[in-house]
Amino acid sequence: MHPTSHAFPANARRALGDEGLQAALVKLKAGFRVKRAAAVERLPEFDALRDAARDLKDEVLRHLDFYLETFERQVLAQGGTVHWCRDAAEAREAVLAICTAAGARTVTKGKSMVAEEIALNPWLEDNGVQPIETDLGEYIIQLRDEPPSHIIAPASHLSRADVAQAFEKHHADLPKGRPLEQPRELLDEARHVLRQRFLDADVGITGANFLVAETGSTIIVTNEGNGDLTQTLPRVHIVLTGIEKVVPTLEDATLMLRLLARSATGQEFTSYTTFSTGPRRPDDLDGPHEFHVVLLDNGRSAMLGGEFQDMLRCIRCAACINHCPVYGAVGGHAYGWVYPGPMGSVLTPALVGLDEAHHLPNASTLCGRCESVCPMRIPLPKMLRHWREREFERHLQPSRSSRGLKLWAWLARRPAAYRLATGAAMGLLRALGKKEGSLKSLPLAQGWTEARDLPAPEGRSFMSQWASGRRRL
Amino acid sequence: MTTTKPRVGLFVTCLVDLFRPSVGFAAVKLLEDAGCIVDVPRGQTCCGQPAYNSGDRADAKDIARRNLDLLAPYDYVVLPSGSCASMIRHHYPALFADDPELAVRAERIAAKTHELVSFLTDVLKVDGVSGRYKGRAAYHDSCSGLRELGIKEQPRRLLAGIEGLEVLDLARPEECCGFGGTFCVKYPEISDRMVTDKAEDVIATGADTLLAGDLGCLMNIAGKLKRMGKSIRVRHVAEVLAGVQTPPIGEAEGR
Repeated sequence: MHPTSHAFPANARRALGDEGLQAALVKLKAGFRVKRAAAVERLPEFDALRDAARDLKDEVLRHLDFYLETFERQVLAQGGTVHWCRDAAEAREAVLAICTAAGARTVTKGKSMVAEEIALNPWLEDNGVQPIETDLGEYIIQLRDEPPSHIIAPASHLSRADVAQAFEKHHADLPKGRPLEQPRELLDEARHVLRQRFLDADVGITGANFLVAETGSTIIVTNEGNGDLTQTLPRVHIVLTGIEKVVPTLEDATLMLRLLARSATGQEFTSYTTFSTGPRRPDDLDGPHEFHVVLLDNGRSAMLGGEFQDMLRCIRCAACINHCPVYGAVGGHAYGWVYPGPMGSVLTPALVGLDEAHHLPNASTLCGRCESVCPMRIPLPKMLRHWREREFERHLQPSRSSRGLKLWAWLARRPAAYRLATGAAMGLLRALGKKEGSLKSLPLAQGWTEARDLPAPEGRSFMSQWASGRRRL
Repeated sequence: MTTTKPRVGLFVTCLVDLFRPSVGFAAVKLLEDAGCIVDVPRGQTCCGQPAYNSGDRADAKDIARRNLDLLAPYDYVVLPSGSCASMIRHHYPALFADDPELAVRAERIAAKTHELVSFLTDVLKVDGVSGRYKGRAAYHDSCSGLRELGIKEQPRRLLAGIEGLEVLDLARPEECCGFGGTFCVKYPEISDRMVTDKAEDVIATGADTLLAGDLGCLMNIAGKLKRMGKSIRVRHVAEVLAGVQTPPIGEAEGR
């Protein structure tokens, strides 16, 4: 997907004016936040699990090569294949090569953000392979030809009517005027349409929530069961995933699973937690004949050992997104690429570059709510600030605000000049705001006064009053 | 008895200094009433947050280094702001993490630095102030105070002792008001949405007063309420605790 993160301010303005989106965001926030809080409330050891999970993932990241190679050996031992891919292009090639070798014409897909990251669908289509999304949300946005707006609820920006409209348009062989108002009716129709697609598919592609080094297993969590049908019915199963998803043991995976669903949807556990270990064995009743794991780096290994390494602990639960006031105001599409919200604002500059994504780390109040709900205790505000430092070093910021800040920093180190300059400025503001107590507009401060009045200074500065001997109220 | 009074260095913060000196004098009164000797270090300006949060680490360090010198002589450093207190408490040590000598000094200052209200309750063990304020006040928890310093019930506990005052909870108390320093002018439309939501939350409580512990949030919310034509009085929590009588934030004398 072609990033439009550089146009974040314009994207955000459009999103703020989109009434349908705004209504959807209100529902999304209320739902996820309340459910997560309740789930956390029911698990007294939640914070202790967060500490354990953070420490575990830090250990994995310190020895990532070891755990990945162990994982690979186990996959091979189970009869599967591992494809190491440095970037998106290599991963697309790897997937296409497998599809071509299998003579695939259609592939079913479970939900995969890595597939979005490498823009797999358009690539497959261009090469004569039809991808079919089987996660309901992904299916809907595929029909509408738009990117996901959320990493676990990809169609959460849409209303029921939007979905009904998409179904009416694209399921043209179904009777006109059929009832499509209730969620159940929409769900049944999607199921009906997708059932045959599951049976027709030559290859099934899923992501992975975790990779288990000791067994070579991959794990996905879903609520619709589509993942299971995607990976067991076709002859070939491709697991497409990032290199940071590995954990050492099954025991470690259970620790992560206890945190994931609670943080994401507020469930204790998702409806399905599916483990895949190699292709079908002779005595297995079902399962694919081929099992491929496509391991994607795409900028991740460059984050190791640096100030963004902690981001590789992320398990894609979306808690930070669900609690972010900026995401809550503008939704996911405004961020202009695959990963929105706080995790996206840290990850996107690392994956598509700061030139493209420089707005994202700045578009935050650093309110810290993301870090407070992150199950992996990722210091997201700290890393947003690190991106701002990188940007500052490269002078990517618009010059007026950086000049103003530079002047402020200069004054802050020179008290006499600071007194003089602020004294004059505050005197002016006080004069302008004397009658009302605040100002309706102020040149050079429209950013403030377009939305709100500017309270005028109350009187002479505290420091000057103190210097003249005033001590009491 | 030979208990010596603690010497407190009051760092008023740039916004209080320039926009709301009453909060500084309220802080002096509250600290003195609680038995402190209060000094206001001369030459204080800003804690360095604007530079720090804009990625200008070098300037932030220079400003911080000045303040380390300025604040060294005191038993405690107190600020009437959660975000500025957190800047010194948490972020100064982070700024100097790669410089052993300055890191030690930053840690030393950090350990004795406190936000005003939590200093009164948690360090000085003040369990009530005797004041009067007639009204129903919604309380906004500023993000840095709430999440970086754990300030939540301390101001409510002290406000409970104010005769005539009823404190109301917001429906979404954890939500940021949209100030965010330079964020509010860099992304004004998003900030506007956030502060509008916050103002509507305040209005929905039926409060006639809004209180908080950070002047950035207060000026943001006061400015929005005023723009919406609401006559809700906005004050720093220290003003109510100390009995400040001047007009509320953004209001003129005699209105």
